[in-house]
Amino acid sequence: MAQAYVSTSAGGSPYSRGYRLRKAAWLVANYVVLIALALFFLFPIVFMLVSSIKNNETQVIRDMSTIYAFVPRGDIGFQNYRDVFEEMPFGRFMFNSVFIVGSIVTVGIFVNSLIAYALARLSFWGRGALLSVIIALMVVPFEAVAVPLLLVVNQGPKMLGFSTWIDSYHVQIIPFMADAFSIFLFYQFFIGIPKDLEDAALVDGASRLRIYWSIIIPLSLPVFATVAILQFITHWGDFLWPLMVTRGVTYRPLPIAIQQYFGRDPKLWGDIMAFASMITIPVLIVFLLFQKWFVQSIASTGIKG
Amino acid sequence: MVVPVQTGFALLLALLINQRLKAINAFRTIYFSPVVTTMVVVAIIWTFLYNPGRGFINAFLNTISFGLLGPYDWLNDPKLALPAIMVLSIWQGVGFQMVIYLAGLQEIPTFLYEAAQIDGASKRQQFFYVTLPQLRNTTIFVVIATTILAFKLFTQNWVMTKGGPQNATMTTIIHVYVQGFKQGRIGYASAITVVFFLIVLAISLLQRVILREERSV
Repeated sequence: MAQAYVSTSAGGSPYSRGYRLRKAAWLVANYVVLIALALFFLFPIVFMLVSSIKNNETQVIRDMSTIYAFVPRGDIGFQNYRDVFEEMPFGRFMFNSVFIVGSIVTVGIFVNSLIAYALARLSFWGRGALLSVIIALMVVPFEAVAVPLLLVVNQGPKMLGFSTWIDSYHVQIIPFMADAFSIFLFYQFFIGIPKDLEDAALVDGASRLRIYWSIIIPLSLPVFATVAILQFITHWGDFLWPLMVTRGVTYRPLPIAIQQYFGRDPKLWGDIMAFASMITIPVLIVFLLFQKWFVQSIASTGIKG
Repeated sequence: MVVPVQTGFALLLALLINQRLKAINAFRTIYFSPVVTTMVVVAIIWTFLYNPGRGFINAFLNTISFGLLGPYDWLNDPKLALPAIMVLSIWQGVGFQMVIYLAGLQEIPTFLYEAAQIDGASKRQQFFYVTLPQLRNTTIFVVIATTILAFKLFTQNWVMTKGGPQNATMTTIIHVYVQGFKQGRIGYASAITVVFFLIVLAISLLQRVILREERSV
């Protein structure tokens, strides 16, 4: 295909029949590839959604090896969804996930942007060292500190006379609020903002916090959105840490809940797919609404190189 | 092995998406949507698709090969389990790298292509002598980030195979989790994580060194 295109650009009048034919062929080939890839990326999701609304479990099994796996047919309805709600405190899990991720994101953007602002604008003793430490921390993957962190949240509070943090909300929130990469993204953005506005505000007697609130935040909405989206994508799917620190149902987030649900025998695939759909659909909707922001956020992580 | 496949695939997707065609944004959205699908959910759906015997993937391979291939017991065969998990990891993650490449492609100044065209460079030459060298930093970033991700693999392997069969899908983090958490060997698990961290650190430093050389040229 590339060869065909090469010859058209090298010679041949742009109005000749051959040129137009080859151009059309190239376009068709392009769309064929694009559509084939789209099918590749969509089929598991469609499969999940379609299986989840087939009320009859044997139908799900019977259809799974044919193209009918992607066709809603037979007894269609929301029985599987009702089953999930009856068998599990789904609302509880959803609340847990939303509450945990929501707290990480909202508290996180303020904590991280405030320290980034201090690093970018205030001069204080040890500023350079602190900045280097934070940049160095970006390369420490969470998985590397998970085991020692477990000891800290379990034994640490006991040493101070409190009860262990295991099996709680705060154990799933507090370790993730401050995030080196978020601070770095904020810092990079803040040092790019011209100082003139702030100097004027300082002359007028505004405090640093006031400047942060009334000048910096309104000017930095894109980077706030970026950090919020990245933190959301990361923590919505958190699995290892909740697996380590939750015991009962009370504080369990969705990913752990569905894994436990999936581990039961016999496997009722219709119900499992209904559960999976309920985790996926809200995120997909948020993504479709804000997809421009999502894509820009991801793109901005690559530019730091 | 995931890394070159995933990086190449991401670049191909980005090149496709970077064209001026109708409905291209819809395709971009579709390619990216697995990224926002939670990994546990992805692992569960694919377990169903990989069902031994009558699962969709077996049926599909069987049909397109006219009955020559399959059925395979994907997740219980030590030879197939890891490639099977690789496919879904790529499926889930490649949209991320695609977007990073897309950003890289759009930063290439158009005058470079115009100059190449005036010099009579073919499309293929333009790709190898303009696009690829311009994407060098992006590629380094994508390769390093994907490598580190591969070292951190846990969720999908744990949900689908728990590291088996015969440790075929064992990863560093599963080993840490089983040893440190299930068996209570915290010291041993911590030692592994220290080594793990040193490896990641070395990779990151490598990235810094390569990029710095690039800048000094």
